[in-house]
Amino acid sequence: MGSNMAEQHPVGFQWVLEAKERGAKFIHVDPRFTRTSAMADLHVPIRAGTDIAFLGGIVNYILEHDAWFEDYVRHYTNAPVIIKREFHDTEDQGSYADVPPDLRPAGLFSGWNPDDLAYNVDTWGYAGTSVELGAGKSEQQADVSGEQAHGAHGMELEHGEPPELDNTMRDHHCVLQLVRRHFARYTPEVVAGICGCSPDHLIAVAQALCENSGRERTSAIAYSVGWTHHTISVQNIRAASIVQLLLGNIGRPGGGLLALRGHANIQGSTDIPTLYNILPGYIPMPHPVSHPTLDHFVELNGPSTGAWGNLKSYMVSLMKAWWGEAATPENDFCFDHLPCINGDHSHYAMMMRALDGGLKGMFCVGQNPTVGSANTKLMRLALAKVDWLVIRDFQPTETATFWKDSPEHDSGEVRTEDIQTEVFFLPCAAHTEKDGCFTNTQRLLQWHEQACEPKDDCRSDLHWVYYLGKAIREKLRGSEDPADRAILELTWDYPVKGAHREPDAEAVLREINGTGPDGNLLASYEELKDDGSTTCGSWIHCGIYGDGVNKPARKRPRSEQNWIAQEWGWSWPKDVRILYNRASADPAGRPWSERKRYVWWDPDQGQWASLGDSPDFPGDKSPDFVPDSDAKALEAISGDKPFILHPDGRAWMYAPSGIVDGPLPTHYEPQESPFKNVLYRQQKNPTRQLFSRPENPYNPSGSDPGADVFPFVLSTYRLTEHHTAGGMSRSVPYLAELAPEMFCEVSPALAQERGLTHGDWATIVTARAAIEARVLVTQRIKPLTVHGRTTHLVGVPFHWGGVGIVTGDSGNELLSVALDNNAHIAEYKVATCDIRPGRRPRGRGRLELVEEYRRRAGIAS
Amino acid sequence: MTLDVRQWSATYGADSKPRMGFFTDTSICIGCKACEVACKEWNQIPTSIQGFTGNSYDNTIALGANTWRHVAFVEQRLPAGVEEGASPVEASARAQAINWGVQTYQEGDGLRWLMASDVCKHCTEAACLEVCPTGALFRTEFGTVVVQEDVCNGCGYCVAACPFGVLDQREDDGRVWKCTLCYDRLKDGLEPACAKACPTDSIQFGELAELRSRAERRLDQLQSAGQRRAQLYLADDENGVGGAGAFFLLLDDPEVYGLPPDPVDTTRDLGSIWGATAAAGAALALGLAAAVFGGRG
Amino acid sequence: MAVPQRLPPVVRQLASDRLGLARAAQTKRSRQLKARIVDADRVVQSICPYCAVGCGQRVYVKDERVIQIEGDPDSPVSRGRLCPKGAASEALVNSPKRESRVKYRRAGSSDWEYISLEQATDMIAERFIKSRRESWEQEDDEGHPLHRTLGIHFLGGATLDSEENYLIKKFFCAAGALSIENQARI
Repeated sequence: MGSNMAEQHPVGFQWVLEAKERGAKFIHVDPRFTRTSAMADLHVPIRAGTDIAFLGGIVNYILEHDAWFEDYVRHYTNAPVIIKREFHDTEDQGSYADVPPDLRPAGLFSGWNPDDLAYNVDTWGYAGTSVELGAGKSEQQADVSGEQAHGAHGMELEHGEPPELDNTMRDHHCVLQLVRRHFARYTPEVVAGICGCSPDHLIAVAQALCENSGRERTSAIAYSVGWTHHTISVQNIRAASIVQLLLGNIGRPGGGLLALRGHANIQGSTDIPTLYNILPGYIPMPHPVSHPTLDHFVELNGPSTGAWGNLKSYMVSLMKAWWGEAATPENDFCFDHLPCINGDHSHYAMMMRALDGGLKGMFCVGQNPTVGSANTKLMRLALAKVDWLVIRDFQPTETATFWKDSPEHDSGEVRTEDIQTEVFFLPCAAHTEKDGCFTNTQRLLQWHEQACEPKDDCRSDLHWVYYLGKAIREKLRGSEDPADRAILELTWDYPVKGAHREPDAEAVLREINGTGPDGNLLASYEELKDDGSTTCGSWIHCGIYGDGVNKPARKRPRSEQNWIAQEWGWSWPKDVRILYNRASADPAGRPWSERKRYVWWDPDQGQWASLGDSPDFPGDKSPDFVPDSDAKALEAISGDKPFILHPDGRAWMYAPSGIVDGPLPTHYEPQESPFKNVLYRQQKNPTRQLFSRPENPYNPSGSDPGADVFPFVLSTYRLTEHHTAGGMSRSVPYLAELAPEMFCEVSPALAQERGLTHGDWATIVTARAAIEARVLVTQRIKPLTVHGRTTHLVGVPFHWGGVGIVTGDSGNELLSVALDNNAHIAEYKVATCDIRPGRRPRGRGRLELVEEYRRRAGIAS
Repeated sequence: MTLDVRQWSATYGADSKPRMGFFTDTSICIGCKACEVACKEWNQIPTSIQGFTGNSYDNTIALGANTWRHVAFVEQRLPAGVEEGASPVEASARAQAINWGVQTYQEGDGLRWLMASDVCKHCTEAACLEVCPTGALFRTEFGTVVVQEDVCNGCGYCVAACPFGVLDQREDDGRVWKCTLCYDRLKDGLEPACAKACPTDSIQFGELAELRSRAERRLDQLQSAGQRRAQLYLADDENGVGGAGAFFLLLDDPEVYGLPPDPVDTTRDLGSIWGATAAAGAALALGLAAAVFGGRG
Repeated sequence: MAVPQRLPPVVRQLASDRLGLARAAQTKRSRQLKARIVDADRVVQSICPYCAVGCGQRVYVKDERVIQIEGDPDSPVSRGRLCPKGAASEALVNSPKRESRVKYRRAGSSDWEYISLEQATDMIAERFIKSRRESWEQEDDEGHPLHRTLGIHFLGGATLDSEENYLIKKFFCAAGALSIENQARI
């Protein structure tokens, strides 16, 4: 679901087909019939943005049919945990007097503050615990979302045990019963009405999952940006995790909830992030209130039980790697050198800041936001207000040339000479021209070796940032400004090699791995200390260079090892290939079944044994281990609790902390939807993040006046033949040839309704933009019946732009910036639009067309 | 004549190799076009951007001088119960399955999206080879049919002769270009580029005899899984081209994919063709006479 | 029995290939053909730069130039296979569209000009320092430390190596330029 695997991960898809040949059932739930659907045993089309309803329907089915895996659920999840009795679920009526009476429940959890558009989460926790937000706040607003959300990594628990448990799971306030009640109305009929599928579709999928789960069998759910590109993105994934936990499909071979990531190192750039809100290894960035001391930061951000119980060691080792000798116990290891976040400083927030004149400089390194980001016109208007812009790419992209060629030039809205942005284009090195690691979608780090030197001015990003850093340090040398100390004290001296004096990527990898007191390379994060005697650039990567071996560079042929192939590359943490794999054994440490044997307790050796994977559990902790009452960190996790990153060692069906929009997933309509929410009075995710400003108008939605001006569902996506914003595909002749022109996909019924001709042009309009595309009329796009009404989808690949071998209008021109507030990710996968035959007007006419639509929809210009 | 054609192997004496070929199993083709790209990369074929065709996801249109592998996309909807040979009970079960939304392999609610990678068939009786007046076309030691770029003079006889429309002249140089089954790679024991890249192993390369038996097994498997229309195309010698080095497993009739259902070596029946031509000529003459002399009756 | 290739074609044809359709028609070029990767100076193992499946690649280099990129059959992830993008990797690294020189556009200018890499690095460093100073925030209204600038934004692609990301995160954090983001947010 939410993934078009055959098209976006064709080579990974070989394993799906192989499983299918061996008898696995393959089901595709997706709004479009894609190349993935073509290979499926069953394709279920659902309306874009209704995945939680569908998944909630599966949860409901599993519970109604008693198909859940009771032993797994009781021991390994928080289903038996009692939640605070003051907690009110979305299903509870009557607590919100200001909402007009309606048959539907309000659809809000307890703690909602309509003034701040945020939840106070005091009531959400485990009974008997107290809550303190990571950033010391009781409400989860933009500055404390994501990793900063209250105890994103969990709450304080004595010796890792929730205070109140009901192992019969019958207590009214236990998680299992809460989940049951929460999804009680997600019946096949209701779900079918929302999603536009048939009730039998839902039942068929639920049955297939139940039949293929349990001791003897496992099922996997794969998703991709079809789930994350929503204002309910995190909750889509949460909903699937509830399904997988009820069925016992996590931590076991053939199971899992697999994020199919789209780019060579997108997993790696989250693990060792170029993200504003985390440090390497998912450590939250400090917040002002987490100061003044490191201890206070650790107290607010890491529960003392579970793997996060050693947060201080991870943090100190990181700061020792960065500031070396300058980091001492006396100065809290340079904790003050780290910048603090106190709001949303993510990409979209910064582009809004740019529009307001608050951004001076911007770097786009292998990224093309004037094609790839939502509302690309807004991106260009923002860039025009930046003083200087640095682009690093294979060739100048649309972002690099926004000042001389854009739709706004065509419409006369901007003139090149008025754009005062200085632009630097720096050519990059290709993957064959540098050493380094990519982390693939299964957390596997694989080394790519330099094949030859880049030519002329082409350089790696390692080279670029290293020499930029050196230049800045040189210019600041001798500065007395306290603000410059963090730069000047930074460890910034790497061995170089080759004609271009490239920094040695292996030296950087060794710094990431970390060293012990005698300078030896560490083997595991369990060796990290909080006294400054160890260094480690990313705790989850500790061991990647253990024994002095570049482990991602291990390439023992697959023919020489078993299917786990542990001597090929390296995966974090500790080279674990299946996360939480202790769950592949029962509480007593025996395999759930011989067929699904993977990791098990070997009583003779007193160790966890496996088919070839590293156990994701302390190696010698026996299944019957019970922690001392004052135990901390991993010592506080019982021998039968596999989910060691959580303070209770349990997987969370109910998320008592860490999520801004509720502990359980709830169906809300997208920001722009032709339908009203039939389940709740709350139409949309109440915590969604909006930027209401003239450059970012939203289409009226649901039953709002003017919603009928944009009657169709719009979804943007990409094709096998192209790569995201096109920088690595529209410039490649053989790829350009395969998908040469911008097009859109519509059903025959919509084509008839709007007079669209196959192969001819159509213009697609939203409150943001009008673009043109060639029309592909196809039966693969199916009109769906939602709440008794026919709804149409307009499918829009987004790749094209004004630069490259093949050019065309960009799909993302059409989108608004409306974000999930957990992840600050935009709703690319669903909006509303109109579509009309013919090419879009040229020049000023294009702008006038959009303005006419805005007027009709009642949107102020 | 036929016998001699099949004795290509002997001409290579000790250098001859087992006949090599492609088995393209379209039931697992995901239409990714890796074969098209890998082929172009290896053979350094010029691009020829054709624009948006509207032909599903196919924008390279057909095999040609610049497209030696071509992936066809066929969107088809089969009404319930139309499958040939389906009993009334089966047809009604299928209709019910569709109504319930419970679907079968690749068939959606009657909707199928067939994808198939086409290529030169490397026919046993290859008309192109036989009509080539310059010796540019020849049969290699692997039994494949290759155009030699250092000989071809662009006369185009082979273009008309090919029953599959595979051979094509390149616009800029006039010469004919087509799949060589990566003759250069084969010489060094390497797999052809398309088969090597294919993510799902839809394109399989190997000794023809082994591929044929593999294809038989696969067909049995699919048919017993309810793929009634699944069929092998050119997988034996009993066809108009005497068998092919590149053959296919299709999920529907060849014409659905744009393949000729009954291809014939255009040189096979030269004698009878001449006879037919003479007869046609006579008939034409008679007709003309009737028109001229009897028109005002 | 094989007929020696040095004989004239007509003799070869008469001897063993009377129809002249097989060996007799084979030219010297055809006879001597070989796969160009056989002549590669070296082959290095790499990973595909497109999606996150992480397919193994083998990169063939001759005369310090990439001449071919193919799937790595040793890879347990991909078993030697590649998708169209992966199969086009050679065309990516040798793309005719690739720009290899630094370009600079002055404020208000309608054209690019070429500058040296060293000059560009120096100019960017100057601007970085100036913008950082102008937008530096030492503490918030309540006196809590901020130690940052929100005047600089970094947006990275997700084809950067982990080592590259690490150095970028390290340097930008130390500089207080905390708004570094990447495709993972997109």
